[in-house]
Amino acid sequence: MAAAGPSVFLLMVNGQVESAQFPEYDDLYCKYCFVYGQDWAPTAGLEEGISQITSKSRDVRQALVWNFPIDVTFKSTNPYGWPQIVLSVYGPDVFGNDVVRGYGAVHLPFSPGRHKRTIPMFVPESTSKLQKFTSWFMGRRPEYTDPKVVAQGEGREVTRVRSQGFVTLLFNVVTKDMRKLGYDTGPSDTQGVSGPSPLPGLPL
Amino acid sequence: MNPKEEKVKIITEEFDENDEDTGVGSQKKTSKMARQKRKKRLPAAGPEEMVSENPHLGNQPEPLQEDSDTRPLSMTTRRGPRSLPPIPSASRTGFAEFSMRERMREKLQAARSKAESTLLQEIPTPRPRRFQSAGEKELETEFGAEPGEEAQKTEQEDDSQSRSRVKFRDSVRKIKTKPPVPPGFPSAEEAYNFFTFNFDPEPEESEEKPKAKNRDGTTQEEEEGEEEEPPVQGIHKTDEQLLISATEAEAFLWGLDHTAADFVAVRPADYESAHVRLQMEKELLFVPSRLTVPTYKKLPENVQPRYLEDEGLYIGTRPDVPRTCQNIMENRLLTQEPGRRWFGDDGRIVALPNPIKPFPSRPPVLTQEQDFRAELETLYKKAVKYVHRSQHMIGSGDSPGNFQLDIDISGLIFTHHPCFSREHVLAAKLAQLYDQYLARHQRNKAKFLTDKLQALRNAVQTGLNPEKTHKSLDTTQKTINEYKSEIRQTRKLRDAEQEKDRMLLKTIIKVWKEMKSLREFQRFTNTPLKLVLRKEKVDQKADEEAYEAEIQAEISELLEEHMEEHEQKMEAYRAAYQQWKAWKKAQRAKKKKKKQAVEEHPEEEMGEPYPEEDPVKPVPPEPTDRALMEHQVRERAARSRRRPGEPLLVPELSLAGSVTPNEQCPRVEVLRREDVKRRSIYLKVIFNDKEVSRTDSRPLGADFRVHFGQIFNLQIFNWPESLTLQVYETVGHSGTTLLAEVFLPIPETTIVTGRAPIEEVEFSSNQHVTLDHEGVGSGMPFSFEADGSNQLILMTSGKVSNSVAWAIGENGIPLIPPLSQQNIGFRSTTPSSSVHVVANGRIPPFLCALKRADAISSIGTSGLTDLKKLAKWAAESKLDPNDPNNAPLMQLISVATSGESYVPDFFRLEQLQQEFNFVSDEELNRSKRFRLLCLRSQEVPEFRNYKQIPAYDREIMEKVFQDYEKRLRDRNVIETKDHIDPHRAMVAKYLQQVRESVINRFLIAKHHFLLSDLIVEEEVPNISILGLSLFKLAEQKRPLRPRRKGRKKVTAQNLSDGDIKVLVNIIRAYDIPVRKATASKFQQPSRSSRTFSEKHAASPTTHSPTHSADYPLGQVLVRPFVEVSFQRTICHTTTAEGPNPSWNEELELPFRAPNGDYSTSSLQSVKDDVFINIFDEVLYDVLEDDRERGSGIHTRIERHWLGCVKIPFSTIYFQAKIDGTFKIDIPPVLLGYSKERSMIIERGFDSVRSLSEGSYITLFITMEPQLVPGELVREKFDSQEDEKLLQATEKFQAECALKFPHRQCLTTVTDISGKTVFITRYLKPLNPPQELLEACPNNPQATAELVARYVSLIPFLPDTVSFAGICDLWSTSDQFLDLLAGDEEEHAVLLCNYFLSLGKKAWLVMGSAIPEGPTAYVLTREQSHYLIWNPCSGHFYGQFDTFCPLKSVGCLIGPDNIWFNIQRHDSPLRINFDVTKPKLWKSFFSRSLLYPGLSSVQPEELIYQRTDKAAAAELQDRIEKILKEKIMDWRPRHLTRWNRYCTSALRHFLPLLERSRGEDVEDDHRGELLKQLGDYRFSGFPLHMPYSELKPLIEAVYSTGVHNIDVPNVEFALAVYIHPYPKNVLSVWIYVASLIRNR
Repeated sequence: MAAAGPSVFLLMVNGQVESAQFPEYDDLYCKYCFVYGQDWAPTAGLEEGISQITSKSRDVRQALVWNFPIDVTFKSTNPYGWPQIVLSVYGPDVFGNDVVRGYGAVHLPFSPGRHKRTIPMFVPESTSKLQKFTSWFMGRRPEYTDPKVVAQGEGREVTRVRSQGFVTLLFNVVTKDMRKLGYDTGPSDTQGVSGPSPLPGLPL
Repeated sequence: MNPKEEKVKIITEEFDENDEDTGVGSQKKTSKMARQKRKKRLPAAGPEEMVSENPHLGNQPEPLQEDSDTRPLSMTTRRGPRSLPPIPSASRTGFAEFSMRERMREKLQAARSKAESTLLQEIPTPRPRRFQSAGEKELETEFGAEPGEEAQKTEQEDDSQSRSRVKFRDSVRKIKTKPPVPPGFPSAEEAYNFFTFNFDPEPEESEEKPKAKNRDGTTQEEEEGEEEEPPVQGIHKTDEQLLISATEAEAFLWGLDHTAADFVAVRPADYESAHVRLQMEKELLFVPSRLTVPTYKKLPENVQPRYLEDEGLYIGTRPDVPRTCQNIMENRLLTQEPGRRWFGDDGRIVALPNPIKPFPSRPPVLTQEQDFRAELETLYKKAVKYVHRSQHMIGSGDSPGNFQLDIDISGLIFTHHPCFSREHVLAAKLAQLYDQYLARHQRNKAKFLTDKLQALRNAVQTGLNPEKTHKSLDTTQKTINEYKSEIRQTRKLRDAEQEKDRMLLKTIIKVWKEMKSLREFQRFTNTPLKLVLRKEKVDQKADEEAYEAEIQAEISELLEEHMEEHEQKMEAYRAAYQQWKAWKKAQRAKKKKKKQAVEEHPEEEMGEPYPEEDPVKPVPPEPTDRALMEHQVRERAARSRRRPGEPLLVPELSLAGSVTPNEQCPRVEVLRREDVKRRSIYLKVIFNDKEVSRTDSRPLGADFRVHFGQIFNLQIFNWPESLTLQVYETVGHSGTTLLAEVFLPIPETTIVTGRAPIEEVEFSSNQHVTLDHEGVGSGMPFSFEADGSNQLILMTSGKVSNSVAWAIGENGIPLIPPLSQQNIGFRSTTPSSSVHVVANGRIPPFLCALKRADAISSIGTSGLTDLKKLAKWAAESKLDPNDPNNAPLMQLISVATSGESYVPDFFRLEQLQQEFNFVSDEELNRSKRFRLLCLRSQEVPEFRNYKQIPAYDREIMEKVFQDYEKRLRDRNVIETKDHIDPHRAMVAKYLQQVRESVINRFLIAKHHFLLSDLIVEEEVPNISILGLSLFKLAEQKRPLRPRRKGRKKVTAQNLSDGDIKVLVNIIRAYDIPVRKATASKFQQPSRSSRTFSEKHAASPTTHSPTHSADYPLGQVLVRPFVEVSFQRTICHTTTAEGPNPSWNEELELPFRAPNGDYSTSSLQSVKDDVFINIFDEVLYDVLEDDRERGSGIHTRIERHWLGCVKIPFSTIYFQAKIDGTFKIDIPPVLLGYSKERSMIIERGFDSVRSLSEGSYITLFITMEPQLVPGELVREKFDSQEDEKLLQATEKFQAECALKFPHRQCLTTVTDISGKTVFITRYLKPLNPPQELLEACPNNPQATAELVARYVSLIPFLPDTVSFAGICDLWSTSDQFLDLLAGDEEEHAVLLCNYFLSLGKKAWLVMGSAIPEGPTAYVLTREQSHYLIWNPCSGHFYGQFDTFCPLKSVGCLIGPDNIWFNIQRHDSPLRINFDVTKPKLWKSFFSRSLLYPGLSSVQPEELIYQRTDKAAAAELQDRIEKILKEKIMDWRPRHLTRWNRYCTSALRHFLPLLERSRGEDVEDDHRGELLKQLGDYRFSGFPLHMPYSELKPLIEAVYSTGVHNIDVPNVEFALAVYIHPYPKNVLSVWIYVASLIRNR
């Protein structure tokens, strides 16, 4: 069977959680994890990580830079359930309680190469004004039961969120055997031995 | 090559030679040339040419003779130019010279051709032209795919064109040479031909060329000389010469000037007047006219244009060339090339459909250095307007549509209207009749027929006249006969017509009379109609004569006819008579014969009296009676014809009458007139189902005519499909009503404005109107008669006079969509379409579609639906089947009409779906991978957690599906292998199905989320929490006495095997049975001195401390240890000593979830139990020799099962921890052990202990890490309960939960069909089995216990297991008994119902117990105290029994109320069960909410079937067999011997146990056993359980570990007894024992 061709394809992603833009907050850290389908399995690398706390830069950009590396390799038989990276950003509020500052998710890029992604982040809203106040006062903001919820579409209709901030990610993607399994993920996939033959109808 | 052609060529060459040799030859040649001109034919000299060549050759002498008159002319012309010096040569450049010559040549040629044409008119063409061109046509169609030849020709042309001189020469030579030789090099015209015309293969060309070349070489000089002399013809000669000489002279002068320029300085500017120049140019230039060339010029003389398409041949569409260009071309061709080979038979220039070649003939230029990009460069193209619905639109390729349809609506006339008075009705009728009369009169058919008759008669007369006939006699006779028959026909027709005319006239008069009488009767006149009958005098005599003559003629004809007929009849008669005669003769002869025969055999006559029918004697036909005939004829004439002398009546209808003014009319009539005035009419014009305009609203006139006179100009963009007028009527100011729709035909393309006749289109409406005045209404019966008979029903109807035509644009071009132009092939389209239009006022969609020639693509979806219609249409419209454009359509039609293919009648929604399928459905279904993915996404249990589905089909093993398929297959197959009892098997199957459906429901429900599922949010703090949290602030950071904090719970998502452990902490046990010595010689280490007789006293009920007084101190009574097994993992504690051991050990057991699925739903359905078995470790001294005792220890460890506690995993999972003291399930008979109280050791506890029997163990079980138990599915099931009640339940529950959140409060439950039911409906007295009641009739307590035991024998099956997702489904008692499985609630409900029927006061207790957790018990009130019943075990406890497993009480439920426990404590020990006290029990139904009297969901009565004893016995045997096999399987390394003797003894004993329910039999049994098995050391016990299926039995036997004995000479005994209770409730007893023979 091995001679017949590969039975899985590999997706290797490295890169970093570069920076974030949260104009109102400071001293943030982030967590990431991956959500993937049943046909996917991580073969190497860290599946989750938690970054250092970073403070805003003093320049006008006011960027929060983590440069937190990501390095993970997946194998899969099926592109269904393509891995998503889920980010959650936390930071202290005025009382010093750690509260969530944003959730966000994005699919890992399909095509090999270098990709930059900026994800808008959001947090769940309190169900009422009173609860908003108490949650602010108590330092217990509403959170997702599981950050992975943001990578799925099911059940989101019951929540309300507010967007705040952006996180910029950088991915370097390498795939293996995607072409051989019949998945063409784009022009920059250099797996092809020869380019497509010139169109027959064109005059030379 | 054809030899004839060869010959022709030779002749040509001869001529050429002649040319060279002699001047005479040239003369000859000219003459020949002239002749050739006459017979000029198409240059396409193919093989066909040869055929046409023959007559030419044959005719040659003839034209030669004719030449004589032309010769002198040509002679003179020739001489002239030759004497001239060579044209410019000296001064001009070569090119100038050349162009000059060229021009010259053109001019000459033009002149010549003119002369030619004049000549041609004189000479009749030797053969019909048609033939040739037909052949040519053929060739033309053949043309197309011969690029090779084409290319060859191109080359040929290339080299020919390179030599312009040669070309020139050639063109001249063409004039000179004989016709059969095609020109070697193409002229300019030919070059044009080359691009526009198709060439025939020219086989002789290749041979011709070298020849020509040859000549080039040899005769160049000479020919050039010839060229110089243009073969000018007579008239033009002089001025031509003059011109040339003039120019020549000038050129000469110029040349002189050139030399003189040096010394001649001044010279006036040369002036050439414009006029002169124009003149010159006119002479030099040829400007072809733009005017259309008349057809006759383009055709040979006396030849009518011939349209091939009319003859049924296919003619392709011509390329689109502007008319002017075409005209110019034609003119040029006519002048330049006098031949008509460029014109087809129809007088048009021959043309191919498409002048563009499909392939480029230029060889591809391979430019390597050029980048691909450059070629693939994007080109800017102007955006094209997107065309919607192109099918019905004037396509984008057509000229931009600005088409106009003029609709002239002139007026409307009602032939019937609700407001018609009776008079109007008659008037309308009259008018109609008059119209009819006029129409008939105009046609005057009768007159026509009369004339025809006359003519025929004359013809017959002349035909009979012999001297006039030239033809043979028989043909005359034939014609005369034909005439005669025609006369007959005509006469009949004429008679009919005449009769009709007369009838019509009569009717008109009748109606008029009626009308007059009506007017008189009603004393007013409504209509101005007036009928005048004009009498035309006729000449009485002449008329009479004519009449008489006519009759006479008719009579004579009839007579003749009859004579003929008579003749024929006579003929027939004669023949028949002859036949009859012959028969008669034969008969007579026969009779004679017979008579003789009869005499001999008289009886024989009877045998065959008359073998055949007597032919009837034929009657001769009567001759015709003239008088009778005359009478008939006269009668008929009188009926149908005007009597002679009767004046000719001509009716004339006029509107001259006066209408009675309103004042003189009765009221009803005035009302009617006013009503009419109130009405007004307008029309809407609907184009393609869209309203485009409407007329003004015009009042309805008194004469029911409405005049509109409006013309609507519709600027249309879409092809008209339908044109409809809607007639609306407005009555006063009320609403308008649609009276009718009138469908107008789309006009033919020939009909343009101004030419369209006004048409009247009738309409009618089916509305029913009744009016309360004189108006007769519509759709209503009315009558003219006074008595109301002869009723009439008239519908509103009328006529719209209108005309529809295409508008004409400013430049006189009709603004018609170019359908007509495109559809030249379907010339007859329009008439047929108009037929359609008339039929339904709507052009069929496919007609529009056909506008585009590609039928399939343009008809597309809509047109294909009705193929039959399409076929019909195609047949009607005479679609050209030869047109390749129609090929797909024709094929489609042929398929459709032949019925070969199935034409679906249905409508397909996604007919294009197929094109998007990349594989067929079957293939897709065959794909294993696809199937696997589908099943997984459907969350089929087997595949729900399938990880890493392989990338290829081949990697998927077939066995993956096997289980699933098997399950599907077995869904309806009841398997009896696992379930020996068929009923149980059925139940199990049913449960399985219920489970599946419920699981499916929960899987769906799982996808519904609540906010709390997704978001963790702090609740709004109330005061108490706030206070608490404030208090917390003041809390000590490090309290001295730390409180136990809840462990962190883990969501069961990212767990894997080995992560979860079950911790079992075994603390201590009480009252373990102790060993006892028997009277036998057992070698027991603990030599109990108890006698057999004492054992009786050992039973707890009779227990007294005195009995055990004589036990020796310090003796080890029992060495128990605990073994915990879970998922076949076994752990055990150390051995402790004594009947009250304390272990205090923690055992860790790993947990594996099924399929590695740690999701909540999966964990909930884990069915495994934790078995906690207590064993006694027995050491046997196996030392053979006492002497060695000092030096070694030889002991065998045996373990004897004492009892077990079974805790389901689901309980642990939901409880998170189980902490408590449990009763050990000890078999009723434990041979060798007794429950003995050694008071010496445990005296202190005795008083407490004595209250309860049995042994107990204290355990603490939990899981590490703690899992979050799945939450109850919050589902709001639909309910049939009253909404008010449901609201009350919610309120009640909310109130209760507020006070005591941890106390269970149930008001509504879900029944098995998923509906919410109020809980009290489940409680209702139900009869227990009669058998149980009869068992001990006098002892109610015993009966109650028996009933409880019966209930407990129904197998327990937790809902959480069967219905994953923890939804508590309550089945009714009959369902429960049918299913024979249920959990606490069902048991409790059944037990409670039984107790209620036994007359007890009973309640359902909802509370929590150990180890079940939240559960249901039954509470009964005896005389003075309360009893708590565990329905699953059948045990009962007093209220104050400390070992009662029920630990808290939430609520009590009775048949008519619910009481919630609002006491401070909830332990049954400390609460008061008196529900009447409202301070202690909050009742659901109270004074505020009265009990509404809810009906029960339970059945009226339970019906019990007696269980089949035989089946039970059979089951018993089978179980025994299976268990024995299992035990042997479990001991693979040892021989397993069965002691039959012991087995039979045990078998006898088991029924006794059942009878006594496990009590009070031990001692007798023991004695008996001992008697029988004196020599054996015996250890064994009976197991008792309810029967559900086989697996639990096997598990139970396995867990006892009986099979683990590996003493070599061990023997086993196993007996099974099944006691059947009603309703298939089975009590199973299994007695297992091991025997070791004593030595």
